[in-house]
Amino acid sequence: MGEAAANLILHEKKPTGILDSVLKIIAQRLALGLLTLFIVSIVIFAAVNLLPGDFAQAILGQGATPEAVEAIRTDLGLDQHPVKRYMQWLGGALQGDLGSSFAQANFASFVGEDSGVRTSVAQQIAPRFANTMFLAGVTAAIAVPFAVTLGILAALYRNSIFDRATNILTLSSISSPEFFLAYVLILFLAVLNPWLPSLSNIYDGMAFSDRLEKTLLPALTLTLVVTAHMMRMTRAAIINLLASPYIEMARLKGINPMRVIVKHALPNALAPIINVVALNLAYLITGVVVVEVVFVYPGIGQLFVDSVKIRDIPVVQACCLIFAAAYILLNLTADILSIVSNPRLRHPK
Amino acid sequence: MSGLMTFLIALAAIAAAGWAFRFTGQKVTGNAPRFRDMAFAVAFGYALGTAVLIWAVWTYVQAQFILPEAEANKYFYFVTAIHGFILFAVLAFLFRLLGRAVGTAGSRKLFRQMPLTASFGVLVILLYTFFAIFAAWLAPHGQEQVFAQANVVPGGNPALGGDPAFPLGTDQIGRDILSRLIYGAQNTVGIAFVTTMIAFLLGGSLGFLAATLRGWVDQSLSRLVDVLMAIPALIFALLLITVASAWVKGTGLTIAMVLIMALIDSTRVFRLARAVGMNIVVMDYIEAAKLRGENLRYIVFREILPNATAPLLAEFGLRFCFVFLTISSLSFLGVGIQPPLADWGTMVKDMSSFINYAAFAPQVSSAPLLAAGAIALLTVAVNFVVDWMLHRSSGLKE
Amino acid sequence: METDASKHDDVLVEMKGIWMEGRSDEDWHPIINGVDLKLRQGEVLGLIGESGAGKSTLGLAAMGFCRDGVRISKGSVHFDGIDLLSASSEDKRKLLGKRIAYVAQSAAASFNPAHRLIDQHTEAPIQHGIMTKAESEADGMELYRKLRLPNPDEIGFRYPHQVSGGQLQRAMTAMAMACRPDLIIFDEPTTALDVTTQIEVLASIRQIVEEFNTAAIYITHDLAVVAQMADTIKVLLKGDEVEEAETREMLSNPTQAYTKSLWAVREFQRPAKPAVLTGATPVISVQNVTAAYGKIDVLHDISFDIHQGRTVAVVGESGSGKSTAARCITGLLPPRIGQVELDGASLPLDYRKRDRSQLQKIQMIYQMADTALNPRQTVGDIIGRPVEFYTGLTGKARRKRVEELMDQIELPADQFIDRLPSEMSGGQKQRVGIARSLAAEPNFIVCDEVTSALDQLVAEGILRLLADLQDKLNLSYMFITHDLATVKSIADEVVVMKDGCVVEQGPKAEMFTPPHHAYTDLLLSSVPEMDPDWLTNLLQERGVDNIGDAAVGKMT
Repeated sequence: MGEAAANLILHEKKPTGILDSVLKIIAQRLALGLLTLFIVSIVIFAAVNLLPGDFAQAILGQGATPEAVEAIRTDLGLDQHPVKRYMQWLGGALQGDLGSSFAQANFASFVGEDSGVRTSVAQQIAPRFANTMFLAGVTAAIAVPFAVTLGILAALYRNSIFDRATNILTLSSISSPEFFLAYVLILFLAVLNPWLPSLSNIYDGMAFSDRLEKTLLPALTLTLVVTAHMMRMTRAAIINLLASPYIEMARLKGINPMRVIVKHALPNALAPIINVVALNLAYLITGVVVVEVVFVYPGIGQLFVDSVKIRDIPVVQACCLIFAAAYILLNLTADILSIVSNPRLRHPK
Repeated sequence: MSGLMTFLIALAAIAAAGWAFRFTGQKVTGNAPRFRDMAFAVAFGYALGTAVLIWAVWTYVQAQFILPEAEANKYFYFVTAIHGFILFAVLAFLFRLLGRAVGTAGSRKLFRQMPLTASFGVLVILLYTFFAIFAAWLAPHGQEQVFAQANVVPGGNPALGGDPAFPLGTDQIGRDILSRLIYGAQNTVGIAFVTTMIAFLLGGSLGFLAATLRGWVDQSLSRLVDVLMAIPALIFALLLITVASAWVKGTGLTIAMVLIMALIDSTRVFRLARAVGMNIVVMDYIEAAKLRGENLRYIVFREILPNATAPLLAEFGLRFCFVFLTISSLSFLGVGIQPPLADWGTMVKDMSSFINYAAFAPQVSSAPLLAAGAIALLTVAVNFVVDWMLHRSSGLKE
Repeated sequence: METDASKHDDVLVEMKGIWMEGRSDEDWHPIINGVDLKLRQGEVLGLIGESGAGKSTLGLAAMGFCRDGVRISKGSVHFDGIDLLSASSEDKRKLLGKRIAYVAQSAAASFNPAHRLIDQHTEAPIQHGIMTKAESEADGMELYRKLRLPNPDEIGFRYPHQVSGGQLQRAMTAMAMACRPDLIIFDEPTTALDVTTQIEVLASIRQIVEEFNTAAIYITHDLAVVAQMADTIKVLLKGDEVEEAETREMLSNPTQAYTKSLWAVREFQRPAKPAVLTGATPVISVQNVTAAYGKIDVLHDISFDIHQGRTVAVVGESGSGKSTAARCITGLLPPRIGQVELDGASLPLDYRKRDRSQLQKIQMIYQMADTALNPRQTVGDIIGRPVEFYTGLTGKARRKRVEELMDQIELPADQFIDRLPSEMSGGQKQRVGIARSLAAEPNFIVCDEVTSALDQLVAEGILRLLADLQDKLNLSYMFITHDLATVKSIADEVVVMKDGCVVEQGPKAEMFTPPHHAYTDLLLSSVPEMDPDWLTNLLQERGVDNIGDAAVGKMT
């Protein structure tokens, strides 16, 4: 750009334009996220419904009475067209109605009576969802500050003994399956040293401190898993940042090291760190499933695995949708936050 | 909260030690730059490291030589871990020495630059490959062979309930754990390897195709992959396996799981192959080939692929780890590799209750941890090697 | 006014026997081998050398600073009597920014994108306790004014990415001046800029350095630039000092062979060729071409001819559309309007629609030899492929042809035929690129900035080779460049482009003698010459408002 053109822009001050363009990008991302979620819901639905053959028969196995099969079929609307069924399912899901579970229907049909009072999927999921959110929250509260601090320290003292040791430790932690970490923690913190309970029997109405104590071991396991990823990515982001010429410039201006970090590195590091945190919280979703099973934690992950085993399709679908939605939402948050914290986008030309 | 108090006091003591360390260093060396410019955080770090080291040595000595056996049991795993660590460090070191002495000039040079972690990784991968290939000859018993002696304690010591015929004991229904572990190498590692191969063939070729052709092929494939990747891998796998389980059982389900995992993982490979391909496609030598009038086949196979192998090889290691861990998790949850195949994830699930005996009979509880540890050891090894490969390739760029 | 005697005592920086090393993998290899440096108050020292000579490393060492992976292994650095190598980091920090300042090569990367210019400007004075924020801001605006930045009172309140490159470079000079340091290190401050922008930055840097009597180390690879800026010049070659002398002395009487060869580069000039016969069919004829990326036109109705055995230099600054014109000829970017003729016959616009003999006749040589050669193919394969592809030679015949070609580009085949691009130097790689285009036996070659990534001596070798080949093989070149010195040495005809339009075209002799189009004139006058008085004379002649981008602004 020639300076003449630059001059022109200098005189043109458009305070509203700044907000507009960021809002526009955010709106675009939001729309894209919603669209993705919509398509994902189709994928989830289609994966289950578009397979050939009689699903009700397959679920109940060869020994089922024709009446039971028929009951399930009509009960779940399997005799209707898939597209219509999808619309109903989605419409219901949007209103919080996720259908009723197969396990219940199955049971009812075998007993031979339909009491009409079945637990809906939504009712089954709601309390467990809250439990899982609690577990994720505790994990995040421990893992995020811990991982970010470690990552920054490793980046500042890179190639030191500390950095190498954390590198080996985090690589090992990433490499271990969640259940291995879980059992090692149980071994050392519950069995050999009886400090924490190894089973997380959570129920309604228990005191917060009790709940926290029972949640601590699964949360610590997840922390180990997530911290390693988060710390390594933070380290990489900060090292990348510290290598940039403006950091060298700040040092060459004689600014003290603390101020270089706080004033020059941090504002620019915010976007990548937020991104890392959100991405890794999304990673928690996978971890939650295994860890909840190990600790018998009554969360949505355990429900999911149980339903998979007994092929309770409506519950599996619903859980899958919830996990996918959480995953998309976190990725979207990462995206939007890094847009908002990018000075180039906040102050466009 | 006396625990918290102890912790805080220990922290304060370490801080004081760090300060003293720096202060003495400054005085003794006559204010040498090393101590003069040392930040307090660094001094604290040294003190903390030393404290942890002293604690570890002290605990080890206590458990090995001082405490009576009943109490030392508590430290069984700690001692075993230290033994394992030292053993593997020594083995890796010897292996590297061997590599430096034997082989072609190229391989010797490779071993000379290799850090200890990477040589450990290579050694472990070789060992696993060996066990996986020769499982049938190495395993003392069959993977599904059931013996009358169930619940034999690992260690082979009759006084503790062991049996020399079953060095690592037997499980609840009397299968030899050692044999199952060895067969597990074949099954778990082999299946993960095959899955990753399929994922690479599928995702890799589609990725390069998208990068070279661009246009609507790229657009539609990329959007499809975006959607598939919006569902977390393990969750999607569980969903699809549920569906598959309605139609197939046993080994059939294992095969279905392999295909499902390959499909899911190929989306990640696609992304990578496409990105790698895109970086190469914009190079001037590709433009030169296009302007020469070369056809698509020549450009993909002679110009793009040779330049994509290095980044893809490192990625293969990472993808393998991911697939291996996910399959193990699926097996652990009971929907992965199905019986009759012996598999580490399933073994952990089956024997997990043994953990609770750790306090009084540490040997008993080691069985599930052995299987889980076998999984972790291989992934750690692959990760170490990949880490070194990535470090090397990034170092060469400068 | 100081006397000469007192000046001798005013040593500001003294480096003695500096040895520096850089780390690659686990080994340390030498970067600087025992260089001495002495700088007096108010003196400007020019450090010149090719890439890899260690000039930037030495410049930073004068501040007592080493980048990661670099260390000073021997020697001493004193600044105003303070030993910088043994000083504590605290003491050093008190000097940096306050008494020693640094101006980096890329101002765009060296300003923190998260803060406004003025906040970065005032940071050092505030942190060093020299001025309050208000004082420093006022002073900053004053400096911006002195450096001739537009809207000096407002420009500081903008973020770095909102300001153009030339302006940022001046803002960075202002920032370096914020504490009125005794010494400023300029690390190639104008290398990334276009010539017309460069001249403004040079003028303002020189003015402000003189005004505050600041000592400076000016690092550059461009002799003509350093001739304008420095009192003394020190020449470095691969970490060794070649010679040091007062600027005029150095320019007129270099003593060392290396220095002489550097000086001689600019003297290469081909004899003029006879005028083209009227009515001769041009090899390539670009006719009324308008081309667009997406919906935006980037070329507007351009036309020019290239005749057999001639070199047409297409010059212009970055963004002028010269490379786009080449893409239209090669068919990578089919023009929206207009056509391209090869030997009088119209070419299909898209390269995919051209037949093999049409593709064969037009070849290309690229700027970056690194990306132009497949890193996984040996030299033999790189050159052999087009031989096989176009002429159908295989086996021994192919190899013989490759050896012939390597002979033409002056690379011994027995040494180089099995090498990979990573095992060759930049100049050698560029030669292989030339051989690859020759392998097709073309009539016409597009040379896209082929020498701009190379050091001057190597670049000269490439230019001579291209000139020889043209005479031997009767080739036509389209020579895209931003460097007018290259144009002077190799072109027969010149096409000047600006903003996607052809501003002026004609034979070289005409183009380099007035009268010119105003833009050509500005472009020509902005190219620094080896005369140390050139900038002074030019400023006197034209006045500060009629140089560089300011003048471009007036034109439109």
